[in-house]
Order: sequence, then structure tokens, then C-alpha cells
Amino acid sequence: MIPSPLVVQKVRRETADTYTLDLTRPGGGAADFAFAPGQFNMLYAFGVGEVPISISGDPARPEILTHTVRDVGRVSRAVCRLKKGEVLGVRGPYGAPWPVAEAPGNDVIIVAGGLGLAPLRPAVYHLLRERPAYGNIELIYGARTPEDLLYRQELERWRGRFDFRVHVTVDSAATDWRGNVGVVTKLIGRARFDPPSTTALVCGPGVMMRFTVLELLGHGLQPEQIFVSMERNMKCGIGLCGHCQWGPFFICKDGPVFRFDRIKDWFDRREV
Amino acid sequence: METIEPVLAGHPFLQGLEARHLEELAQCASRANFEAGQFLCRAEEEARQFYLINHGRVAVEIFSARRGPVTIQALTAGDVLGWLGFLKPYHWHFDARALDLTRVISLDVPCLLGRCEANHELGYELLKRYAHYLAVQFRVTKLQLMDLYGT
Repeated sequence: MIPSPLVVQKVRRETADTYTLDLTRPGGGAADFAFAPGQFNMLYAFGVGEVPISISGDPARPEILTHTVRDVGRVSRAVCRLKKGEVLGVRGPYGAPWPVAEAPGNDVIIVAGGLGLAPLRPAVYHLLRERPAYGNIELIYGARTPEDLLYRQELERWRGRFDFRVHVTVDSAATDWRGNVGVVTKLIGRARFDPPSTTALVCGPGVMMRFTVLELLGHGLQPEQIFVSMERNMKCGIGLCGHCQWGPFFICKDGPVFRFDRIKDWFDRREV
Repeated sequence: METIEPVLAGHPFLQGLEARHLEELAQCASRANFEAGQFLCRAEEEARQFYLINHGRVAVEIFSARRGPVTIQALTAGDVLGWLGFLKPYHWHFDARALDLTRVISLDVPCLLGRCEANHELGYELLKRYAHYLAVQFRVTKLQLMDLYGT
């Protein structure tokens, strides 16, 4: 439960309110923070508070711990304002990961909305590193505008690959945008996947995930083939405080990644 | 020379339509190509066409005095563009601009409506498809309006 002090090595501004921080040990030592794609850490801005944030870096490079943080509250604002050389408390990694290790042989369809690409990026790194083990891999990513897209350069690099199809869409755009405009669910019909042999990974705001799951089910996937990340209300990170209790689950301990068939009775409940 | 019916039959909007109906539709159909940058329609112009997109990409735009033209939808092969207006006057509400070389089947709406009035079976088949298309449009528009990624 005691946070480790890590030093900010690099800060990248992704969008107007979202930043990516690379962290290492004090003195420049490797962060040595082994994690699985989809897991999160509790980040502690000293004197301000703690906030759960997904790890957005490469699981094969544990020497650098990477988090992408949106400035939405007191603690996340303090984290976003950190400069190179400043120190942050980190404890983790916590939570259930994306099932990338169980998906070899399958097509993988990844659907991300807004900041939801951050917890999925480690899964993308893993899938691309182990590329021959998987069938088609499709990333469908939606954001409000082109200016709200995370990891733009990386998206462009990924799009250039012959073994990875990337579909990006925005809600509206200026006329210099040549990509898709429309909701993310519409692009699912353009993805190439064989429903019985597909694993779907979905992360984004609740409404987006609800409609994405409906669309995936409509395209022939079964609930047990769909995985969603339900990050919400996490406080202690280890299932002790009960803050993130969601029906019979503690999101921080049993999730945040859940197989859809296990949570479908709770997924749409307005009050739990 | 290749007739237009197989192209009509291959478009998702008309999938499953009987040959006799396709034959009638073909009387109202013509092929059209639009170069990148060329407009398929402009807001306020009379809307006489219903486009079935076969190839390319089209940006549907709305002009805002503050922001200039804003793309609100991108269409691609398999999509349709246009209104089957049943009451006059028929007008376009948005601009639509080809982003790449775009190939379409252009259906003449007055001709189409005349055929539907004369042949209610054809009219019903088209209306079923059009109602489904509108329902999907309403659903995605609602999602787009609610700022899906910020909720």
C-alpha cells in the first residue's frame, strides 16, 4: 500500500487536456514495473491525493512506466501539471488484464473511444509484437474531433502496417480531415473478422461501450467473446474499501477488464 | 454493354430486391463519377437525385459562419446519400463533396417516386429499406449529438 516514488522523465501533451507521462526510478534507474495490458496503477500527487490511472505503455518495456492522464479533477490536474524531474507516488499494478494471452489464433477487434485507447494501447503493443500468433487485428477508434485523438503519430504508424487495420472516426471535423466522420459503432461493420473466432476488447465511456457491445453481438459475437473495461469509482485498488463495488464485483480487484457474459446482468443497471 | 441492374443488385441498399423491381429501378438509374473535390450536391439546391455509392468517399458538410465547412458524416462504398422526398419541394440540406474519385448510381427521385406510385410493391420494398436506413441514421445521429466520448 506504500507508493513508490517515481520521477517524471518526459511529458507529452496529447490533446488540450490530456498528457502522457513517462516515469522512471529516482536517479534515472529503470522503473522496473512489470504489468499486464489493461492493468492500472494508483498515482499519488503528493499533498493532493491518489487517482487510479491505466498503464498506457509497452508491457515489454517495464523500465519505463507510462500513463496517459486527462485533467478532469483536482488530482488528475496535479498529475498533468507535473514537470520533468518531479516526483509522483505509484502503487500497483492492479486489476485484471485484457485476455491477450488467451486470444492466439483468433481475430482481435479492438474498439476504443476517447481516452479509452490508453488502457488498450499496451494490448496493441502486445498483439503487434506477437503478430503471427493472431488472425486479423482491427483497431476501431473514435473521438470527438481530430484534435481529440490520442497518439496521433503512433496511429499513423500503425495505419502504415500491412498486418494491422486501423479505423479512426470523429464526430465532426474541418474539411482538411480526410478520415471517417461518424460514430465508432458504424465502423464495426467494416472490420474484417470471423465471428466464431474473434475476441473483442472494448474500452470507452459507458454509452459508447453499451452500443459497441450491441453492435458486436449483432455481428455474431457471443457475450463470452467480448471484454470490456469498466473503470469507475476505484479508490484503494485492492478490493478493501468497497468504493468500487458493483453488484457482486469489486472493479479494482475483479476488473477493470471483465468478460461481458459475467457482467451482462449488471452492465445496463442504472442503480447498483 | 453491361446493364445497370447487376450494379444495382450489388448495392447493400437494394440487396434482395427482385429482378422485376430492379428492372424498373434501372429505368430511373444512371452512373455518375465525381472527381475528388467535386460536389455531389449543395445545400438548398433542388434534390433530384438519390445516390447509391459504389466506390470512393464522400464528406457530408454543413457550413457554419464561424467555423466554415464542417464535416458531419463520411460516406463510403455501400452507403447512400439523399432523401426520398415524398412531398415537394425536394431540397438538399447539406453539401456533399467527393474526397476521392467517387462512383455512384444516381437514381432520379421524381422518376423513382412515379414508379413507386404506379407499383406499390416496388414502393413498399423501397420504403422498407429507406425506413431502416432512416432508423440507423437517427440512432447514430443521436449518439453523435450526445458527445459519446465525453460521457
